[in-house]
Amino acid sequence: MDSIIAGASVIGAGLSVGLAAIGPGIGQGTAAGQAVEGIARQPEVENQIRGTLLLSLAFMEALTIYGLVVSLALLFANPFAS
Amino acid sequence: MFPLDFLNNSILLSGVEIGTHFYWDIGDISLHGQVFLVSWFVITILLILAFLGTQNTARIPQEWQNFMESVIEFTQDIAKNQLGESFYRPWVPFISTLFLFIFGCNWAGAIVPWKLLILPEGELAAPTNDINTTVSLALLTSMAYFYAGFSKKGIGYFKRYIQPTPILLPINILEDFTKPLSLSFRLFGNVLADELTISVLVLLVPLIVPLPIMGLGIFAGSVQALIFSTLAAAYICEALE
Repeated sequence: MDSIIAGASVIGAGLSVGLAAIGPGIGQGTAAGQAVEGIARQPEVENQIRGTLLLSLAFMEALTIYGLVVSLALLFANPFAS
Repeated sequence: MFPLDFLNNSILLSGVEIGTHFYWDIGDISLHGQVFLVSWFVITILLILAFLGTQNTARIPQEWQNFMESVIEFTQDIAKNQLGESFYRPWVPFISTLFLFIFGCNWAGAIVPWKLLILPEGELAAPTNDINTTVSLALLTSMAYFYAGFSKKGIGYFKRYIQPTPILLPINILEDFTKPLSLSFRLFGNVLADELTISVLVLLVPLIVPLPIMGLGIFAGSVQALIFSTLAAAYICEALE
Protein backbone atom coordinates (compact mmCIF):
# COMPACT_ATOMS: atom_id res chain seq x y z
CA MET A 1 0.00 0.00 0.00
CA ASP A 2 1.14 3.54 -0.77
CA SER A 3 2.32 5.13 2.47
CA ILE A 4 0.24 8.29 1.96
CA ILE A 5 -2.89 6.22 1.40
CA ALA A 6 -2.07 4.13 4.47
CA GLY A 7 -1.52 7.18 6.65
CA ALA A 8 -4.64 8.95 5.41
CA SER A 9 -6.70 5.79 5.94
CA VAL A 10 -5.53 5.36 9.53
CA ILE A 11 -6.21 9.03 10.34
CA GLY A 12 -9.58 8.79 8.65
CA ALA A 13 -10.44 5.62 10.55
CA GLY A 14 -9.62 7.25 13.87
CA LEU A 15 -11.57 10.40 13.02
CA SER A 16 -14.61 8.50 11.77
CA VAL A 17 -15.14 6.70 15.07
CA GLY A 18 -14.20 9.70 17.17
CA LEU A 19 -16.49 12.17 15.40
CA ALA A 20 -19.31 9.64 15.14
CA ALA A 21 -19.18 9.13 18.91
CA ILE A 22 -19.83 12.80 19.80
CA GLY A 23 -23.45 13.19 18.74
CA PRO A 24 -24.77 9.87 20.01
CA GLY A 25 -22.89 10.46 23.29
CA ILE A 26 -24.76 13.70 23.89
CA GLY A 27 -28.02 12.13 22.74
CA GLN A 28 -27.69 9.06 24.94
CA GLY A 29 -26.82 11.22 27.93
CA THR A 30 -29.93 13.33 27.42
CA ALA A 31 -32.13 10.28 26.92
CA ALA A 32 -30.80 8.48 29.99
CA GLY A 33 -31.15 11.62 32.11
CA GLN A 34 -34.76 12.10 31.03
CA ALA A 35 -35.49 8.44 31.71
CA VAL A 36 -34.10 8.72 35.24
CA GLU A 37 -36.24 11.80 35.76
CA GLY A 38 -39.28 9.90 34.54
CA ILE A 39 -38.57 6.95 36.83
CA ALA A 40 -38.04 9.28 39.80
CA ARG A 41 -41.39 10.90 39.11
CA GLN A 42 -43.30 7.68 38.43
CA PRO A 43 -41.45 4.62 39.77
CA GLU A 44 -44.35 2.30 38.86
CA VAL A 45 -43.71 2.55 35.10
CA GLU A 46 -40.01 1.78 35.44
CA ASN A 47 -40.16 -1.33 33.27
CA GLN A 48 -41.83 0.41 30.34
CA ILE A 49 -39.40 3.30 30.54
CA ARG A 50 -36.45 0.92 30.64
CA GLY A 51 -37.65 -0.92 27.55
CA THR A 52 -38.17 2.26 25.55
CA LEU A 53 -34.86 3.65 26.77
CA LEU A 54 -32.90 0.56 25.71
CA LEU A 55 -34.54 0.61 22.29
CA SER A 56 -33.80 4.28 21.69
CA LEU A 57 -30.25 3.92 23.03
CA ALA A 58 -29.66 1.19 20.48
CA PHE A 59 -30.92 3.49 17.73
CA MET A 60 -28.47 6.19 18.78
CA GLU A 61 -25.66 3.70 19.19
CA ALA A 62 -26.22 2.59 15.60
CA LEU A 63 -24.88 5.97 14.43
CA THR A 64 -21.56 5.38 16.14
CA ILE A 65 -21.54 1.88 14.76
CA TYR A 66 -21.82 3.28 11.22
CA GLY A 67 -18.68 5.26 11.90
CA LEU A 68 -17.06 2.09 13.21
CA VAL A 69 -18.04 0.18 10.07
CA VAL A 70 -16.51 2.93 7.94
CA SER A 71 -13.28 2.82 9.93
CA LEU A 72 -13.16 -1.00 9.76
CA ALA A 73 -13.61 -0.80 6.00
CA LEU A 74 -10.75 1.71 5.83
CA LEU A 75 -8.45 -0.43 7.95
CA PHE A 76 -9.18 -3.98 6.84
CA ALA A 77 -10.93 -3.74 3.47
CA ASN A 78 -9.48 -0.56 2.05
CA PRO A 79 -10.82 0.01 -1.47
CA PHE A 80 -7.93 2.33 -2.41
CA ALA A 81 -5.14 -0.11 -1.57
CA SER A 82 -4.41 -1.69 -4.93
CA MET B 1 10.64 -19.84 31.11
CA PHE B 2 7.07 -20.84 31.79
CA PRO B 3 5.57 -17.34 32.11
CA LEU B 4 7.08 -16.26 28.80
CA ASP B 5 5.75 -19.33 27.04
CA PHE B 6 2.36 -18.65 28.52
CA LEU B 7 2.50 -15.06 27.28
CA ASN B 8 3.46 -16.17 23.79
CA ASN B 9 0.69 -18.70 23.69
CA SER B 10 -1.89 -16.23 24.86
CA ILE B 11 -0.80 -13.75 22.22
CA LEU B 12 -1.09 -16.45 19.60
CA LEU B 13 -4.56 -17.27 20.88
CA SER B 14 -5.65 -13.66 20.78
CA GLY B 15 -4.44 -12.62 17.36
CA VAL B 16 -6.80 -10.12 15.77
CA GLU B 17 -8.06 -11.74 12.60
CA ILE B 18 -10.38 -9.75 10.39
CA GLY B 19 -10.96 -10.35 6.74
CA THR B 20 -9.46 -13.83 6.88
CA HIS B 21 -11.93 -16.62 6.35
CA PHE B 22 -11.96 -20.38 6.34
CA TYR B 23 -13.04 -20.75 2.72
CA TRP B 24 -14.99 -23.70 1.38
CA ASP B 25 -14.94 -23.81 -2.41
CA ILE B 26 -18.01 -25.39 -3.93
CA GLY B 27 -17.94 -25.03 -7.69
CA ASP B 28 -17.38 -21.35 -8.43
CA ILE B 29 -18.70 -20.21 -5.08
CA SER B 30 -16.47 -19.76 -2.06
CA LEU B 31 -18.25 -19.93 1.28
CA HIS B 32 -17.15 -18.66 4.67
CA GLY B 33 -16.88 -22.01 6.43
CA GLN B 34 -16.47 -20.73 9.99
CA VAL B 35 -19.84 -18.96 9.80
CA PHE B 36 -21.55 -22.15 8.69
CA LEU B 37 -19.92 -24.26 11.39
CA VAL B 38 -20.98 -21.98 14.23
CA SER B 39 -24.48 -21.38 12.86
CA TRP B 40 -24.98 -25.15 12.56
CA PHE B 41 -23.87 -25.41 16.16
CA VAL B 42 -26.43 -22.76 17.19
CA ILE B 43 -29.19 -24.39 15.13
CA THR B 44 -28.42 -27.77 16.72
CA ILE B 45 -28.66 -26.31 20.21
CA LEU B 46 -31.95 -24.59 19.41
CA LEU B 47 -33.33 -27.83 17.91
CA ILE B 48 -32.23 -29.86 20.95
CA LEU B 49 -33.89 -27.33 23.27
CA ALA B 50 -37.09 -27.42 21.22
CA PHE B 51 -37.03 -31.22 21.19
CA LEU B 52 -36.48 -31.40 24.96
CA GLY B 53 -39.25 -28.88 25.52
CA THR B 54 -41.82 -30.83 23.54
CA GLN B 55 -40.97 -34.27 24.93
CA ASN B 56 -43.66 -35.52 27.36
CA THR B 57 -45.72 -32.35 27.26
CA ALA B 58 -47.82 -32.14 30.37
CA ARG B 59 -50.71 -29.96 31.43
CA ILE B 60 -48.62 -28.62 34.28
CA PRO B 61 -45.30 -27.78 32.63
CA GLN B 62 -42.14 -29.06 34.27
CA GLU B 63 -38.41 -28.76 33.71
CA TRP B 64 -37.58 -28.21 30.03
CA GLN B 65 -41.17 -27.63 28.98
CA ASN B 66 -41.46 -24.94 31.64
CA PHE B 67 -38.25 -23.28 30.45
CA MET B 68 -39.20 -23.35 26.78
CA GLU B 69 -42.67 -22.04 27.52
CA SER B 70 -41.26 -19.03 29.31
CA VAL B 71 -38.86 -18.43 26.43
CA ILE B 72 -41.68 -18.55 23.90
CA GLU B 73 -43.83 -16.31 26.07
CA PHE B 74 -41.01 -13.76 26.08
CA THR B 75 -40.62 -13.80 22.29
CA GLN B 76 -44.41 -13.73 21.90
CA ASP B 77 -44.48 -10.56 23.98
CA ILE B 78 -41.99 -8.91 21.60
CA ALA B 79 -44.38 -9.50 18.71
CA LYS B 80 -47.47 -8.62 20.75
CA ASN B 81 -46.06 -5.31 22.00
CA GLN B 82 -45.35 -4.10 18.47
CA LEU B 83 -48.05 -5.67 16.34
CA GLY B 84 -50.96 -5.48 18.76
CA GLU B 85 -53.35 -8.11 20.04
CA SER B 86 -55.22 -8.76 16.78
CA PHE B 87 -52.38 -9.13 14.25
CA TYR B 88 -49.48 -10.61 16.17
CA ARG B 89 -50.22 -14.34 16.00
CA PRO B 90 -49.11 -15.15 12.39
CA TRP B 91 -45.82 -13.34 12.97
CA VAL B 92 -44.82 -15.03 16.22
CA PRO B 93 -42.81 -17.81 14.49
CA PHE B 94 -40.83 -15.33 12.38
CA ILE B 95 -40.05 -12.93 15.22
CA SER B 96 -39.24 -15.77 17.62
CA THR B 97 -36.92 -17.41 15.12
CA LEU B 98 -35.09 -14.15 14.50
CA PHE B 99 -34.71 -13.49 18.21
CA LEU B 100 -33.60 -17.00 19.15
CA PHE B 101 -31.16 -17.35 16.26
CA ILE B 102 -29.49 -13.98 16.78
CA PHE B 103 -29.43 -14.46 20.54
CA GLY B 104 -27.92 -17.92 20.13
CA CYS B 105 -25.33 -16.62 17.65
CA ASN B 106 -24.27 -13.70 19.84
CA TRP B 107 -24.01 -15.82 22.96
CA ALA B 108 -22.26 -18.65 21.14
CA GLY B 109 -19.64 -16.13 20.06
CA ALA B 110 -19.37 -14.53 23.51
CA ILE B 111 -19.44 -17.60 25.76
CA VAL B 112 -17.95 -20.60 23.94
CA PRO B 113 -14.11 -20.44 23.88
CA TRP B 114 -13.79 -20.99 20.13
CA LYS B 115 -10.19 -19.81 20.04
CA LEU B 116 -9.09 -23.15 21.46
CA LEU B 117 -10.09 -24.73 18.14
CA ILE B 118 -7.57 -23.60 15.57
CA LEU B 119 -8.63 -23.47 11.95
CA PRO B 120 -6.14 -23.36 9.07
CA GLU B 121 -7.35 -19.83 8.27
CA GLY B 122 -9.74 -17.45 9.99
CA GLU B 123 -11.29 -18.24 13.34
CA LEU B 124 -14.55 -19.51 14.76
CA ALA B 125 -16.64 -16.68 16.22
CA ALA B 126 -20.21 -15.48 16.34
CA PRO B 127 -21.84 -15.96 12.91
CA THR B 128 -23.32 -12.46 13.26
CA ASN B 129 -19.85 -10.91 13.01
CA ASP B 130 -19.93 -11.71 9.31
CA ILE B 131 -21.79 -9.06 7.29
CA ASN B 132 -23.31 -11.74 5.03
CA THR B 133 -25.27 -13.28 7.91
CA THR B 134 -26.72 -9.99 9.11
CA VAL B 135 -27.53 -8.77 5.60
CA SER B 136 -29.40 -11.97 4.85
CA LEU B 137 -31.38 -11.65 8.10
CA ALA B 138 -32.17 -8.00 7.30
CA LEU B 139 -33.26 -8.84 3.74
CA LEU B 140 -35.50 -11.58 5.13
CA THR B 141 -37.08 -8.92 7.33
CA SER B 142 -37.61 -6.67 4.30
CA MET B 143 -39.26 -9.48 2.40
CA ALA B 144 -41.41 -10.27 5.42
CA TYR B 145 -42.79 -6.76 5.71
CA PHE B 146 -43.41 -6.48 1.97
CA TYR B 147 -45.27 -9.79 2.16
CA ALA B 148 -47.26 -8.53 5.16
CA GLY B 149 -48.24 -5.34 3.33
CA PHE B 150 -49.19 -7.04 0.07
CA SER B 151 -51.16 -9.82 1.70
CA LYS B 152 -53.13 -7.30 3.76
CA LYS B 153 -53.81 -4.57 1.18
CA GLY B 154 -52.86 -5.99 -2.21
CA ILE B 155 -51.75 -3.35 -4.70
CA GLY B 156 -53.06 -0.62 -2.41
CA TYR B 157 -49.91 -1.11 -0.39
CA PHE B 158 -48.15 1.33 -2.71
CA LYS B 159 -50.41 4.12 -1.48
CA ARG B 160 -48.12 4.20 1.53
CA TYR B 161 -45.36 5.78 -0.56
CA ILE B 162 -47.34 8.98 -1.22
CA GLN B 163 -49.00 8.95 2.14
CA PRO B 164 -48.57 12.35 3.78
CA THR B 165 -47.82 14.14 0.49
CA PRO B 166 -46.45 12.93 -2.87
CA ILE B 167 -43.41 15.16 -2.27
CA LEU B 168 -42.12 12.61 0.21
CA LEU B 169 -42.08 9.83 -2.42
CA PRO B 170 -38.27 9.69 -2.82
CA ILE B 171 -37.75 9.62 0.93
CA ASN B 172 -40.31 6.86 1.34
CA ILE B 173 -38.61 4.79 -1.35
CA LEU B 174 -35.22 5.47 0.20
CA GLU B 175 -36.53 4.19 3.50
CA ASP B 176 -36.98 0.72 2.03
CA PHE B 177 -33.24 0.63 1.39
CA THR B 178 -32.09 2.22 4.61
CA LYS B 179 -34.13 -0.14 6.78
CA PRO B 180 -32.22 -3.34 5.90
CA LEU B 181 -28.98 -1.35 5.72
CA SER B 182 -29.28 0.00 9.24
CA LEU B 183 -30.59 -3.32 10.62
CA SER B 184 -27.66 -5.27 9.22
CA PHE B 185 -24.97 -2.70 10.03
CA ARG B 186 -26.21 -2.28 13.59
CA LEU B 187 -26.03 -5.97 14.41
CA PHE B 188 -22.79 -6.56 12.50
CA GLY B 189 -21.06 -3.52 13.96
CA ASN B 190 -22.06 -4.22 17.53
CA VAL B 191 -21.00 -7.87 17.49
CA LEU B 192 -17.75 -7.15 15.65
CA ALA B 193 -16.98 -4.19 17.92
CA ASP B 194 -17.39 -6.39 21.00
CA GLU B 195 -15.11 -9.08 19.64
CA LEU B 196 -12.53 -6.54 18.49
CA THR B 197 -12.47 -4.82 21.87
CA ILE B 198 -12.05 -8.15 23.62
CA SER B 199 -9.26 -9.35 21.34
CA VAL B 200 -7.38 -6.04 21.57
CA LEU B 201 -7.69 -6.06 25.37
CA VAL B 202 -6.59 -9.70 25.55
CA LEU B 203 -3.63 -8.79 23.38
CA LEU B 204 -2.64 -6.03 25.83
CA VAL B 205 -3.51 -7.65 29.17
CA PRO B 206 -4.31 -11.37 28.89
CA LEU B 207 -5.69 -11.77 32.43
CA ILE B 208 -8.79 -10.52 34.27
CA VAL B 209 -8.95 -7.06 32.66
CA PRO B 210 -11.02 -8.21 29.63
CA LEU B 211 -13.61 -9.90 31.88
CA PRO B 212 -15.93 -6.86 32.39
CA ILE B 213 -15.89 -6.22 28.64
CA MET B 214 -16.83 -9.87 28.07
CA GLY B 215 -19.76 -9.38 30.45
CA LEU B 216 -20.72 -6.26 28.52
CA GLY B 217 -20.50 -8.34 25.34
CA ILE B 218 -22.96 -10.88 26.72
CA PHE B 219 -25.36 -8.09 27.72
CA ALA B 220 -24.98 -6.28 24.39
CA GLY B 221 -25.55 -9.52 22.50
CA SER B 222 -28.90 -10.11 24.17
CA VAL B 223 -29.95 -6.47 23.74
CA GLN B 224 -29.05 -6.56 20.05
CA ALA B 225 -31.13 -9.69 19.52
CA LEU B 226 -34.03 -7.96 21.28
CA ILE B 227 -33.55 -4.80 19.17
CA PHE B 228 -33.41 -6.69 15.90
CA SER B 229 -36.57 -8.66 16.55
CA THR B 230 -38.42 -5.63 17.97
CA LEU B 231 -37.52 -3.56 14.91
CA ALA B 232 -38.54 -6.38 12.57
CA ALA B 233 -41.91 -6.49 14.34
CA ALA B 234 -42.21 -2.70 14.18
CA TYR B 235 -41.52 -2.66 10.43
CA ILE B 236 -44.09 -5.39 9.84
CA CYS B 237 -46.59 -3.43 11.93
CA GLU B 238 -45.88 -0.30 9.84
CA ALA B 239 -46.64 -2.24 6.66
CA LEU B 240 -49.86 -3.63 8.12
CA GLU B 241 -51.27 -0.31 9.26
